[in-house]
Amino acid sequence: MGQKLKQPFVERRIFTERVIIASLVVILVFILLLSRYFYLQIIKHEYYQQQAEQNRIKYSRINPTRGLIYDRNGVLLAGNITAYRLNFIQEKAQQKEDSLDMIRELIVFSDDELNSIKEKLKFNPVFKPITIKEKLSDTEVAEFAVRKHQFPGFDIEPYLIRKYLFPFELSHLIGFVGKINPNELEQQQPSLYAPSDYFGKTGLEKFHEQALHGIPGQLVTEINAQGKQLSQKIDIPPVNGVNLKLTIDVKLQQATYQAFGEETGAAIAVDVASGEVLSMVSKPGYDTNDFINGISHEKFKILSESPEKPLFDRSLKGGYEPGSTIKPYIALAGLYYGLISRDYIMNSTGVYQLPNQNRKYHDWKQGGHGKVNVVQSLAESVNVYFYDLAYRLGIDRIHDFLKPFKFGQLTGIDTAGEKKGILPSRQWKQTNRNMIWFPGETVITGIGQGYFVLTPIQMAQALSILASKGRVAPIHLIQKEMTIEPLPMKISEAHWQTVHQGMTDVINSAKGTGKSIKSDEFLIAGKSGTSQVYGKSEEDIYKKVEELPKHLRNHALFIAFAPADKPEVAVVVVAEHGASGTKAAAPIARKIIDAYMENRHE
Amino acid sequence: MNKRFFTYLPDPLLSVLILLLMAYGLVVLYSAGSMVLVEKQAVRIFLALVGFYLITQIRPERFEQFTPMAYVGSIFLLVAVLLIGTKVKGAQRWLDLGITLQPSELCKITLPMMVAWIFRHASLPPGWKHIMGALVVIGLCVGLIYKQPDLGTSILIATSGMFVIYLAGISWKLIGGATLLGLLSTPVIWHFMHEYQRQRVLMFLNPEADPLNYGWNIIQSKIAIGSGGLGGKGWTEGTQTQLDFLPEHSTDFILSVLSEEFGFIGVLLLFTLYLFIILRCLFIAQQAKNTFNRLLCGALTLIFFVYVVINAGMISGVLPVVGVPLPLVSYGGTSVLTLLASFGIITSVHSHKKLIQQ
Repeated sequence: MGQKLKQPFVERRIFTERVIIASLVVILVFILLLSRYFYLQIIKHEYYQQQAEQNRIKYSRINPTRGLIYDRNGVLLAGNITAYRLNFIQEKAQQKEDSLDMIRELIVFSDDELNSIKEKLKFNPVFKPITIKEKLSDTEVAEFAVRKHQFPGFDIEPYLIRKYLFPFELSHLIGFVGKINPNELEQQQPSLYAPSDYFGKTGLEKFHEQALHGIPGQLVTEINAQGKQLSQKIDIPPVNGVNLKLTIDVKLQQATYQAFGEETGAAIAVDVASGEVLSMVSKPGYDTNDFINGISHEKFKILSESPEKPLFDRSLKGGYEPGSTIKPYIALAGLYYGLISRDYIMNSTGVYQLPNQNRKYHDWKQGGHGKVNVVQSLAESVNVYFYDLAYRLGIDRIHDFLKPFKFGQLTGIDTAGEKKGILPSRQWKQTNRNMIWFPGETVITGIGQGYFVLTPIQMAQALSILASKGRVAPIHLIQKEMTIEPLPMKISEAHWQTVHQGMTDVINSAKGTGKSIKSDEFLIAGKSGTSQVYGKSEEDIYKKVEELPKHLRNHALFIAFAPADKPEVAVVVVAEHGASGTKAAAPIARKIIDAYMENRHE
Repeated sequence: MNKRFFTYLPDPLLSVLILLLMAYGLVVLYSAGSMVLVEKQAVRIFLALVGFYLITQIRPERFEQFTPMAYVGSIFLLVAVLLIGTKVKGAQRWLDLGITLQPSELCKITLPMMVAWIFRHASLPPGWKHIMGALVVIGLCVGLIYKQPDLGTSILIATSGMFVIYLAGISWKLIGGATLLGLLSTPVIWHFMHEYQRQRVLMFLNPEADPLNYGWNIIQSKIAIGSGGLGGKGWTEGTQTQLDFLPEHSTDFILSVLSEEFGFIGVLLLFTLYLFIILRCLFIAQQAKNTFNRLLCGALTLIFFVYVVINAGMISGVLPVVGVPLPLVSYGGTSVLTLLASFGIITSVHSHKKLIQQ
């Protein structure tokens, strides 16, 4: 036989050798395997630990409730109301595609809306709710509630939307919120905002955004591999937005808005003692509720292209010449610098000329007012008196005296959008026009013309200082304690009295320009003014207002405080294209003061 | 009768190690599955242990005599599977004969038996004649399994046959040559592979490429293992397991559960048990009195080792995903039955040898 003989010992030796080699390989492989587990479990432990956490834990935001806004008497001005949206969970629906077509029986959709939802559904996990429609109508909510069982997969979810209760009257003051835009989102701390959040766009809503918004909380949801929710708990409770209590009296605000009738413009009423703004209107207003969830293109076009400029906040941004309303301040400056006294008399001929110059500066009244003192000059608004006084004061003293009244600078009011305006000075002209100051410019500065650009809020701040005889109470909208300081220059009581008397006579004397608004119940002090819309030629000055088209007519201004002997409320009115302060603005001021007085005595 | 049963006591060391391992497995299974699964598995283990004990009482000579018949029977069943088998998920692996049977499982024992049988009287190291004979026996069996198709099992069973040849003392040159040939033929094998098999290989190479599909299992398994850390998250506390991120956690991925809940220490304990079991079995093989017993014991031990490595390697992402359960730990009856039968044979060899010496 070719077969070799078996050699048991050799075979055993060979086998032993093979077994030993196999054993060594086994041990080696176990060491290798173990090192793999060591690598995963010890070296990479933290990484996988994180991965496991990410797998099972989902964090979501709990939205804070936006702070409410109340008026000084606790009347709600801006609140949150519950709205309903329709959500759809594909997983729970029976016929996925058809479900959407069927729900149209109850809920109104355009074909475009429907198609875009169907497109979104393709990328949405089947178990995750997707919003089909926001702000359902009451009918839609009611009908759905009844027939819900016929539409598996659909559900209605409540959520909060902003609601303004006096949208027209408070459009500019409160402003409005809208969905935060990507630029705004970028500037915010990411933990505070979600892309669907509201963000204050204008007014108080913008200025106090941080406080009103609050701080979101965190919800921790444990989910399994299928994305099903297993448990949920509030990790960090949300901090709701702070409620704002305004200085505004909404009744007065409404009265102020209504006082304008068909006129456009701005009006502000301030509590003289505290600097609290009682009402602040820019007319016309608009429905801020339209902006909350995105205004339609058509509506926005109408608003933005309207010649009445409803979107423009005249009270904080509107720039006007003060016109004759500056005269009380100029008079005060004259008294303060000792250039005039109460008894100082000047003969008004209707024309003023600077020495060695040809240019004539006219009075509003042809032929002039005759011999007048400062009180009469204020009451009758004698231009020539103030041409002369301004010239004698000089632009530097005028500027320095007016500055502490906050003209041409931010008043620092606690809301967004205030504009600076211009208080003319040599330096201002040099910087902005690169020209030297001419004496003639000082002359017209005396009657509030020239380079002046003042906002109604600045006028209101100045007027409250004037009415309180030099107490600077910073003007504000949110109720809080303010530090009240005196004016830097010391003005004697007699001088204040003189100017107050002049302003009282504006309304209460026979020749006063504002006598039409005289009240029998209380004394009102005031001053009319006209803010030029364009520079007129010499002949035009005497042209009748009625002959000019409305948009070319001058703005009418009126400043007033009451009661004249113990001022409580200061009112500034700008009636745009109202021609003269006496005609258009004074009656509005009277209505506001009436409304204030009426409320006060309640 | 009684006397005879007590006479052939199975090797105590090996028996204790195996029992410990299975107990450990049940503890993990409770967390991975439920008490119901534990009860079912316990019943199977009990039945398999009875089988194990009965096999230990059989004299090793009987296995030798029985081998050719067992092999022919296995081949017959494999052919039957291809002809009348039940198709599950595109593969025809099951035979429904009142009770469902997976004949390829049977081959895990009968093939190494047959190869060892071929070498039983040969002078070792084996000559060409015996090697060729062994290869034919392996090829026939493996080819039929591959036809089902079941690539994983066919490779494993081929390996068990190869282990016999290796233990028989085949020269290192031949081993080297065969390995080289295997490597060179890889592209050819790739060509003949089914799409799902290719997918498995590709997924093994880059599991992150398609995380929600094929690679998902491996990624989740690695997360489970890694997040377990040194001491684990605690029994029944594994989030990957309990929240269903881990796939098939009571069967193929049970080691991921163990790793997550008992950590590296738990893994170390498990591997130590396996290592001792394997080394003990190799020792028994080395002590066996004849070629057939040696080769069979050695091959059965090494293939057991291969199961452990493939499963532990697969779930930790170092080996491709082949549906191999973790021996004696994963939930499932067939595997426990075949494995305990193998250990029965090994133990029988040991206890009977001792008796003869006495």
